[in-house]
Amino acid sequence: MPFPLPLETLLGKPLMYLIFGIIGFAFGSVLEMSGFAISTKLAAQFYFKEMTVLKVMFTAIVVAMVLIFTSVGLGLLDFNQVWVNPTYLWSGILGGFIMGIGFIIGGFCPGTSLVSAVTGKLDGLFFVLGGLTGIFLFGETVGFYEEFWNSGNYGRLTIMDWLKLPNGVVVTLVVFMALFMFWGSEQLERIFGKRNLKAEPRLRLAGAGLLALGAIAVIFIGQPDTAEKWALFAPVKEPALQERQVQIHPGELLAAMANDRLNLVMLDVRSEADYNLFHIRGARHLPLEQVKAAVPKLLLEPAQNTVYVVMSNDEVAATEAWKILVAESVPNVYILEGGINNWLKVFAVEEPEIAPTPTPPGPERLAYTFPAALGARYDAADPSPHEWNLEYTPKIKLQVKRDKSGGGCG
Amino acid sequence: MKTRGKGRSLNLKAALFNRPEKPYLHPYLGGALLGVVLFLAFFLTGNGLGASGGLNRLIVFVQDQVAPEHVDRNAYLLKMAGGDKNPLDDWIIPMVFGTLAGGFVSGWRHGRLKIATHKGPGISVRTRWLMAFVGGAIMGYGARMARGCTSGQALSGGAVLSVGSWAFMFAVFGGAYLLAYFVRKLWN
Repeated sequence: MPFPLPLETLLGKPLMYLIFGIIGFAFGSVLEMSGFAISTKLAAQFYFKEMTVLKVMFTAIVVAMVLIFTSVGLGLLDFNQVWVNPTYLWSGILGGFIMGIGFIIGGFCPGTSLVSAVTGKLDGLFFVLGGLTGIFLFGETVGFYEEFWNSGNYGRLTIMDWLKLPNGVVVTLVVFMALFMFWGSEQLERIFGKRNLKAEPRLRLAGAGLLALGAIAVIFIGQPDTAEKWALFAPVKEPALQERQVQIHPGELLAAMANDRLNLVMLDVRSEADYNLFHIRGARHLPLEQVKAAVPKLLLEPAQNTVYVVMSNDEVAATEAWKILVAESVPNVYILEGGINNWLKVFAVEEPEIAPTPTPPGPERLAYTFPAALGARYDAADPSPHEWNLEYTPKIKLQVKRDKSGGGCG
Repeated sequence: MKTRGKGRSLNLKAALFNRPEKPYLHPYLGGALLGVVLFLAFFLTGNGLGASGGLNRLIVFVQDQVAPEHVDRNAYLLKMAGGDKNPLDDWIIPMVFGTLAGGFVSGWRHGRLKIATHKGPGISVRTRWLMAFVGGAIMGYGARMARGCTSGQALSGGAVLSVGSWAFMFAVFGGAYLLAYFVRKLWN
């Protein structure tokens, strides 16, 4: 299984929180060691005298980025399980702009002010108190303009999705942009800060070269495709498929449809003609060849209580779709046992116009004929859960994933 | 006995505050280390770094103690503290306390624990405190509007190439550079 590992399931909450605490410790130490506890050092950035903020920030971003996308390319890290800040374009830009104003007046950002206060800087302490006040005021006033706060919501949108470019190309472009900015910063420091660039360590040029090489390597490594990702999950997931732990009885699907506490997403992967003839009420039509493209959207469903059920006429196409979704780390995916044919066998017994075909059909064919393409308007498309008392072994187990709602900064 | 007691407290003070001060890391080296920490955070946990979200949860925790009915009527606060939800039960809380501890230990080890106020030469200490408070309040408000601060949006979202985080980052630098000239007396 690729990283990140399910820490809460593996270690339990206290140890998981200890890991977060250690990461925070390293974060605080590095901020302090870079001089970010000193407001005048931070503010100097905006008068071009000392570009430490930009250098540290962008070095950190590009170093982390190259390491992340190298790991993703090698299949060590599953990018679908990495938290990517959702894009809320307009509130993000306005909020960022307001933060910039606060930065130049107050001299810190929230992370650096914590380190400043704890190393005895009184201006840092006042900034933290101000920050807490601002956060409090936001919570009390966001209700007045919630619509704006949620505007420009593009969800999980990466620069690769936006520009339709491969990861490696974007990573390389960003690295070269950063190197250009570092060069520009040093020129500004020479002009405005009277810094002697000759005294700067030569090693930084080697570092720049290393970053550029790393970025170009990401292009050559490429991305694992769905089949390669499935190969990583197969040792764990193939037995579940063989032991029929993920094929749910029509009765269990009916119960799930009636359960308000589940966010049930039914995906019908058959042809459009079959879908139009008959489908379960509420099932979305998603042809097999479009399943992979739909993954980013599916991952936006709330992680905690969403259950996906894929279905085809029997189980062949549904199992293919299941493998794609599992390989792309969609959680809680199940297959409708026996497919739509089995569903009809159970629920269409009182509808004489839905008749079995005289001879058994081939694989992935409907085993019933319909008088008209009524879609979900047959009784069997929406059976009442109270009228059916079916016996089955319940198989849906909600695998609660890492809580993504708090990602990034909270 | 008295002098010994005094001597001991002096020793403690000296041990904390009077260590030889060491120079800061070169910005590129500091940045590279920060990048490795950020990468490890994503690699091990799937989450990046954060700060303002943790402060937010601390505030909501206090609000939930003082006025739980108020929290229950506010959709934004409800997400963190509604019903029996504990706003402190989140990964960002140990991270914030870790950040505080890390900053303190590093400041101590490098002889940089000093009670001090850093400011431009042209303003009084009190003005600096006031401005730090006001700037902090503006920053805190903006950070929550943008759903993250420099750590959670710019660093973390930047490294995983989120479009919104990059737009946010340019907005932060834009806002600060735009106003820098008008508040130059604070810093120069």
